[in-house]
Amino acid sequence: MRPLDTAYMWDLVPVIASYVPLTLFMAIVAMAAALTLGSALAIVRVLRVPVLDRIVAVFISFFRGTPLLVQLFLFYFGLPQVVPAMTGIDGVTAAIIGLTLHFSAYMAESIRGAILGVDRSQWEAAQSIGMTQGQLLRRIILPQAARTAAPTLMNYFIDMIKSTSLAFTLGVTEMMGAAQKEAAGSFLYLEAFLVVALFYWVIVETLSVGQRRLESSLGKAVAR
Amino acid sequence: MSCQIEITGLVKRFGDNTVLNGIDLCLEPGERVAIIGPSGTGKSTILRCLNWLDKPDQGTIRMGDVTVDAARATKAQILALRRRTGFVFQNYALFANKTARGNITEGLTTVRGWSAEKAQAKADDILTQIGLADRGDSFPAAMSGGQQQRVGIGRAMALDADLMLFDEPTSALDPEWVGEVLDLIRRIADGRQTMLIVTHEMQFAREIADRVVFMEGGRIVEQGPPAQIFGNPQDDRTRAFLRRVG
Repeated sequence: MRPLDTAYMWDLVPVIASYVPLTLFMAIVAMAAALTLGSALAIVRVLRVPVLDRIVAVFISFFRGTPLLVQLFLFYFGLPQVVPAMTGIDGVTAAIIGLTLHFSAYMAESIRGAILGVDRSQWEAAQSIGMTQGQLLRRIILPQAARTAAPTLMNYFIDMIKSTSLAFTLGVTEMMGAAQKEAAGSFLYLEAFLVVALFYWVIVETLSVGQRRLESSLGKAVAR
Repeated sequence: MSCQIEITGLVKRFGDNTVLNGIDLCLEPGERVAIIGPSGTGKSTILRCLNWLDKPDQGTIRMGDVTVDAARATKAQILALRRRTGFVFQNYALFANKTARGNITEGLTTVRGWSAEKAQAKADDILTQIGLADRGDSFPAAMSGGQQQRVGIGRAMALDADLMLFDEPTSALDPEWVGEVLDLIRRIADGRQTMLIVTHEMQFAREIADRVVFMEGGRIVEQGPPAQIFGNPQDDRTRAFLRRVG
């Protein structure tokens, strides 16, 4: 067994580090979009909006029932063959769309659960003082549901960051793609992938610390 | 005297079960009416229909100049009805993410469009009336059942509703808190607030109500002044019920 080429690994650090912003960019944009879409999907399901409810159920079932990699390939390689507007789509955009749709399906289910977890009588109380559906969701139900769902959503965000590595299969040079390129040149696969693994690990651990802080401060504010 | 609130032919079914089977009721301005009767006879359902928390199947509800026909109710009519009624829930149903003060101001700022300052001032006045002037910043989870229900009543008071609806307001309370909540309702009643109260507290009904309505099987069996209903009930079913609870 050969020793690890630690000098090479140190050299790789700034190279991989320069791709951290792209990885975070994809994760943050997709997270924001998935949160918005996921909340909308959850509300459609909770309110049992006619017709839309069925469509959303199928949407969620599909995006939870198929692998993210398959979905990304569908968007990037498949759809442009039949949808002319998508022919020019770049890998980053396709990855963000794919991550958004995929994670919005998961988030919709946890947000829905969190909404249903708010005592039914609070809906009635809000209605009884004359609030509209939109007002009561925004002012009473969603703030409480957000607290319940926050830990789960944070886990999805962590999962999302790791899943951005799949963008590499769409030809995007992000952290994983950069490591792959480096390794292909140096043949030091172990070193290159070890460095990229450590990068993901550090990012995720940093976030987990933030998550614990957030939860304990939310825990203090939550008066339940 | 003319009715301030007039309910005509109210019918509510849950599946095959007809919970309200043609309710007619007229409340004069300032009248305090207590509804009594066995469990599951639709007492609470009347209140919930008036607030459209349960959608009635037939009948009309008139409050002042708002008339709502169950068969053709529009969203605007339902909102108008809700804005004229204050509802006090059995289990308080306070907004868990709002303080006591926030629970009271919510309807004023969000629904009525009041400024925060104006709503605050009103809420502080109400907090004083309900004896919780020092608990305005407390969240519901930090309050006793009796305090929570007083906030629930305060939330309904803030609306200056034509009609206040009390749905078994003390049934979920530990016995030690019942007194303070009844005292507060008594004070509101003394202000000649039109109110409809569903209660199991017979002594209380007798004391504060101008009129007592006895219901059974989704119908009004008998109604009249408390002295008559409790002292000289005309219907066998009323007599049987009062014997059971008395």
